[in-house]
Amino acid sequence: MSELKNNMTDTVMDALGDVKDPEIASVSILDLGMIHEVEVTDGKVKVSVLPTFSGCPALHIIERDIKKALETVAGIDSAEVNFVFTPSWTTDRITPEGRERLKEFGISPPPANHVMGEPWEIDCPYCGSTYVTMENIFGPTACRSILYCKSCKNPFEAMKPVADMG
Amino acid sequence: MTQETLKPQEKAALIELLYQMGDDDFILSFRGSEWLGLAPHIEEDVAFSSISQDMMGHANLYYRLLEDLGEGEADRIAHLRTPDQFRNAIILEEVNGPGTYLKEPEYDWAFAVVRNYFYAVHKQIRLDSLRHSSYEPLAEAARKIMTEQYYHLMHWEVWFKQLMTSTDEAIGRMNAAVEKVWRDFGGVLTLGPSYADIVKANFIDDEAVMKKRWTNKFEAVLKEVGAAYPGEPRMERGNGRNGVHTDDLKQALSTLSEVYATNPATGW
Repeated sequence: MSELKNNMTDTVMDALGDVKDPEIASVSILDLGMIHEVEVTDGKVKVSVLPTFSGCPALHIIERDIKKALETVAGIDSAEVNFVFTPSWTTDRITPEGRERLKEFGISPPPANHVMGEPWEIDCPYCGSTYVTMENIFGPTACRSILYCKSCKNPFEAMKPVADMG
Repeated sequence: MTQETLKPQEKAALIELLYQMGDDDFILSFRGSEWLGLAPHIEEDVAFSSISQDMMGHANLYYRLLEDLGEGEADRIAHLRTPDQFRNAIILEEVNGPGTYLKEPEYDWAFAVVRNYFYAVHKQIRLDSLRHSSYEPLAEAARKIMTEQYYHLMHWEVWFKQLMTSTDEAIGRMNAAVEKVWRDFGGVLTLGPSYADIVKANFIDDEAVMKKRWTNKFEAVLKEVGAAYPGEPRMERGNGRNGVHTDDLKQALSTLSEVYATNPATGW
């Protein structure tokens, strides 16, 4: 019985791997570290999701996409999505694969183990150069900054570091 | 404390506090959004609109906590209340300047910088206190908001300090804005008529303590930029925490709820 249950959780996790961030098409919400908990009971699945930025307009779309993805999984009758704030989402939750996928999309991944208030380094996602300038700490979406690479002369974006402030 | 363990008097006080903080973020975020396309340069347009979006998210977090306490849906809280039901401070509802965003907007950038910087400093003090709030869902929300507010405070601090030490024209305009905001900023620094119950339940620190932190900070900041400290921040036009507001709030609410009010039953 418990093995069957575990298999179901794995299937659900696989399905969640197909749900992408609506604003960064190459990265799944699993890669972004947004999934906190998945609970499967008798064909009902409850997913706890950690919002990235609180004003992110993509949250409603993500909720809808999770439901859509899970309700097509054989053995799942209904899916419930809850946004929770504990633990806090931080950029350290992004998986190594997620970091690579961000680069493919032209977004430099956030620094590891960032401490709020301290400076951080950003490398160009295209050529890897550290010779970059910050054009704007705020960007086209709540989670990104705008930079320019002085080496390969490309503008690019970087994910703003977010760390728990205690 | 959780929703289940709140006593009725505590719950009423908590609801007041949540309206104050939600409405402060909500209305200032709306005033910020009116600057879209009008900020001094394109990078500022990106930054300011991103900040406004975050702040609308913060208002939404507080409104959701109110929703959990039985105050109705967050969208209805935002769109369907009358001006006297709002608890924001009066200075935060004030128009950006003469004109509207559609017609001859003669908006005052110095006022935008001063108002947002003063508010961001207070918000930081409030959040530092809230993360130890006795109401756990509020402490959780505060910890989330802090990670975003960090960048807002940094942004407005840079603008404030640079313009306050820039050309004579900039300094003159900034000082006029400081004087203007000072006259009513006391309204941001108060917890309103329910303050004793709010503080007794340990939802947040005493308003006197938080006000002192704010005035200490500004004594230092104004000294740093070579400006005089104007004394105690005042509340000349009344206390928004009591539901006292100006026509500017009416105008703001009718504009921002125009679409929602055409059909509150539909999903926007």
